[in-house]
Amino acid sequence: MLLEARDVAKAYRAGEQAYPVLGGVNLALREGEIVALLGRSGGGKSTLLRILAGLIPPDTGEVRFRGRKVEGPVAGMAMVFQTFALFPWLTVLENVALGLEARGVPRKERLRKAQEAIALIGLRGFAEALPKELSGGMKQRVGFARALVVEPEVLLLDEAFSALDPLTAEGLRGDFLDLWQAGRLSTRAVLMVTHNIEEAVAMADRALILQGSPARIGQEIPIPLPHPRDPNDPRFRALVDAIYEALTLREAVERRLEAELLRLPQAPVGALLSLAEAIARLGGQADLPLLAQEEGLEVDDLFPLLEALELLGFARVEKGDVALTPAGLAWAEAPLEGQKVMFAEHLLRRVPLLAWLHQDLLWRKRLPEEVVLARLEGHLPEPEARRVFAVIREWGRYAGLLGYDERSRVLYLPEAPNEDEASRGA
Amino acid sequence: MILPGSPLRPNRFDLLALALALGFLALLLRASQEVSGPFQPTPIALDPRLLPEYALRTAFRMGLALLLSLAFTLIYAPLAAKTRLEPFLVALLDILQSVPILGFLAATAGAFAALFPGRALGYELAAVFAVFTSQAWNMAFSFYQSLKTLPQELEEAATLFRLSPWQRFFRLELPFALPGLVWNAMMSMSGGWFFVVASEAIAVGKTQVELPGIGAYLATAIARGNLGALLEAALAMFVVILLYDQLLFRPLVAWSERFKYEDRPGPQPPRSWLLDLLRRTRVLRQASEAASAWALEALWWLEGRKPRWHLSFPPKLLLLPLGLGMGAGLWSLWHLLAPLGLGEVARVFYLGFLTFLRVMGILLLAALVWVPAGILLGLRPRLAQRVQPLLQFLAAFPANLLYPFFAFLLLRYRLSLEVFAAFLMVLGTQWYILFNAVAGSMALPEDLKEAARSFGLRGVVLWRRLLLPGTFPYLVTGLLTASGGTWNAAIVAEVVQWGSTTLEATGLGSYLAHWALTEGQGPHLLLGIAVMSLYVLVLNRLLWRRLYRLAEARFRL
Repeated sequence: MLLEARDVAKAYRAGEQAYPVLGGVNLALREGEIVALLGRSGGGKSTLLRILAGLIPPDTGEVRFRGRKVEGPVAGMAMVFQTFALFPWLTVLENVALGLEARGVPRKERLRKAQEAIALIGLRGFAEALPKELSGGMKQRVGFARALVVEPEVLLLDEAFSALDPLTAEGLRGDFLDLWQAGRLSTRAVLMVTHNIEEAVAMADRALILQGSPARIGQEIPIPLPHPRDPNDPRFRALVDAIYEALTLREAVERRLEAELLRLPQAPVGALLSLAEAIARLGGQADLPLLAQEEGLEVDDLFPLLEALELLGFARVEKGDVALTPAGLAWAEAPLEGQKVMFAEHLLRRVPLLAWLHQDLLWRKRLPEEVVLARLEGHLPEPEARRVFAVIREWGRYAGLLGYDERSRVLYLPEAPNEDEASRGA
Repeated sequence: MILPGSPLRPNRFDLLALALALGFLALLLRASQEVSGPFQPTPIALDPRLLPEYALRTAFRMGLALLLSLAFTLIYAPLAAKTRLEPFLVALLDILQSVPILGFLAATAGAFAALFPGRALGYELAAVFAVFTSQAWNMAFSFYQSLKTLPQELEEAATLFRLSPWQRFFRLELPFALPGLVWNAMMSMSGGWFFVVASEAIAVGKTQVELPGIGAYLATAIARGNLGALLEAALAMFVVILLYDQLLFRPLVAWSERFKYEDRPGPQPPRSWLLDLLRRTRVLRQASEAASAWALEALWWLEGRKPRWHLSFPPKLLLLPLGLGMGAGLWSLWHLLAPLGLGEVARVFYLGFLTFLRVMGILLLAALVWVPAGILLGLRPRLAQRVQPLLQFLAAFPANLLYPFFAFLLLRYRLSLEVFAAFLMVLGTQWYILFNAVAGSMALPEDLKEAARSFGLRGVVLWRRLLLPGTFPYLVTGLLTASGGTWNAAIVAEVVQWGSTTLEATGLGSYLAHWALTEGQGPHLLLGIAVMSLYVLVLNRLLWRRLYRLAEARFRL
């Protein structure tokens, strides 16, 4: 057992209140495997990875690396960052040598090892370049070289390919897998956080799904395909579908919690509409991987939209498929004005927060932003409360149920619901 | 990086750089020689042949102050950012920024002179200290802010790779803060020139102290009503500022480009011939790179050997002496000020109000003129790019050098200083308004300008809907900077002299100037300074900071 998490829990703290992010996560990383960690955005993947790396301490539970308790960054682990995290004032060579420098490796040996790592990852000739002279793909190669040069037993990848364009990402993934398969790395195991399901199926030996709120490891999906893997292989497709299904599964308990009802998904009205119209075009129901591809959406953008459609009663998601309800179909096909009216009806019926705001406005006329935020902050951390407020404000404005005065930061009841927004020019 | 096998023969750029360095060293030695000697109040001779020598002394004081400010910054800012003293240290810095130290000049000079009786060093240090106060707070604030806004991913990488505290400082914190620090040092240099001119001729009680320098030359020229000498002094100052810019700041700014964290598309990075020269040298470059690599290596080695010491003392331990000190300070303040009576306090507040009116009125007027001018100039980027360095230079040129010319004119045409003092106050600081208006207008996104053009926006609508709101954050920055400088200038501008005639305007500035010259009247001076600090602080809180927040929230593009 290389790396192990036992009952790891973590809460986000704001003032007096604590909002649980992770609750009782158990996970083990064995020698010789690549494990992918998937979950919804904001679901605690990144937090878990940072706890495993020793960057932040867990509230309860513990992390063990080779049987030793992790109480800070340890020598046997290294990380590749989503945003590269290269020091722009250091050359490629100096960046790669940074970890060795911190370990007190003598200069000569440091430079030799760094040069080797640079050559290994295909950066020969760029040693004296500054990061800003490199393309995104090249930068992430430096990120890999910097992590590999310290010969970590466990390599942590934090969305390492998601800032790259698809072609570049595929190239780098392939090169890394080749090195891994050929046994040219001293790394014994890889844990990768990703939101790209295809990437997980292409690289990992098993996928762990973070679920719930607070999040736990909900499911484990083994990926027993031989390398090289073909994305068009039916077994590959079946695994992608299975992970989609696992990710859209939400527990009944989770839905009933008041906090969850308040936690509105990040779904702009325009995107909702075009997604509903796309599903309608595809015959009222669609396979999720296909839909994502069709709409050019990343999973992280797609899921909140689906959640919102479900919340409003416009769609149902089951087993990796989405289907519009009759109301959803009617909404997608209605003319512009009709869409607004229907949206408003569904909002009032199905989103308690908006119903409450609307009721309050009917007899108070004006409602300062702080009052709403204060109520939200009773259940949600402050940044989340602000995000939710922005969502409800957008939905309410579109539906003509709310007006908002930017200067005084006050919600008000628009006088003639549907003309208001048009005349104010947003 | 020393590439193995590359020849270590000096090239011609090495020779050039060597000549430059030796010349610089010789000048430095010459300037420092007299500083440590005994103080002989030699009268300043109005001889242009002596001016290079005086200019050298002035430049030396500036350099010393800059070094001290840097040292202060490197110690104070990390303490503020990393220890639990943070709230206290930040608040202190905020107050220090608002205190018009210029009014204290006589007092500090006296104190420093008492430290080194009979030596020139005391007065030299007083002048250096005055310049220091015009730079150190800004620079420390800039460094502190950089330390507080380190990019999270780099911090995580540094922690994950387990950089030692010194490695963290030299690999992450210092490089990240460098561009801001260099820019701030350059901008606060402008205030420095103003202070150095004012502090080279001070009256400490009955003694008139004149430190050989451009400022003293100027003071002498004024006392004698010598217009030619005045022009010579201005010219010498012009040359010194130009050299500082070319030999120090331009290379530094160009070099610090490398440390910019985000490379946003912006105006072309500045170039410097000196930096280009140094980069082309062979031996010098390799030697300096090897030396710095070796020094860092030695530092890591030392750090690895010694047990890490942590800077952790409980702040509660500091509370007692701090409380005692504050108590004693307040008591003595009360003791000093009580005899003055409430009437005097009220009078000083009234005088402060007059100065306040001058400051705000003239800032408004300057804004009315320079904001439209700057925005129009910024819309012609190629012209603006050529004018920007000139504006920067104008802002750096100490306006108090020009006061005598105006005194001369005022006397000649019998104009009242009550009104025209305001113009003197804004003489040096108006450029900040123009400079920022130009920068803001140049930073307007091209697509917004195109949209405005395609909708045919013109005249008032164009200004109200695009040009003014789009440049608002820059305008606020410009006005804020100008406001600080204008208050400081009030101390010097409300009393001007030409020959044997002295003109005075009623206000807090002239009050301070008056009591600074009178021996044993510390309480009045203290009261004046306190009231002026109060005005500046309240103005900052009530006006500038609110405008700043508004700019951040609504008008940031």
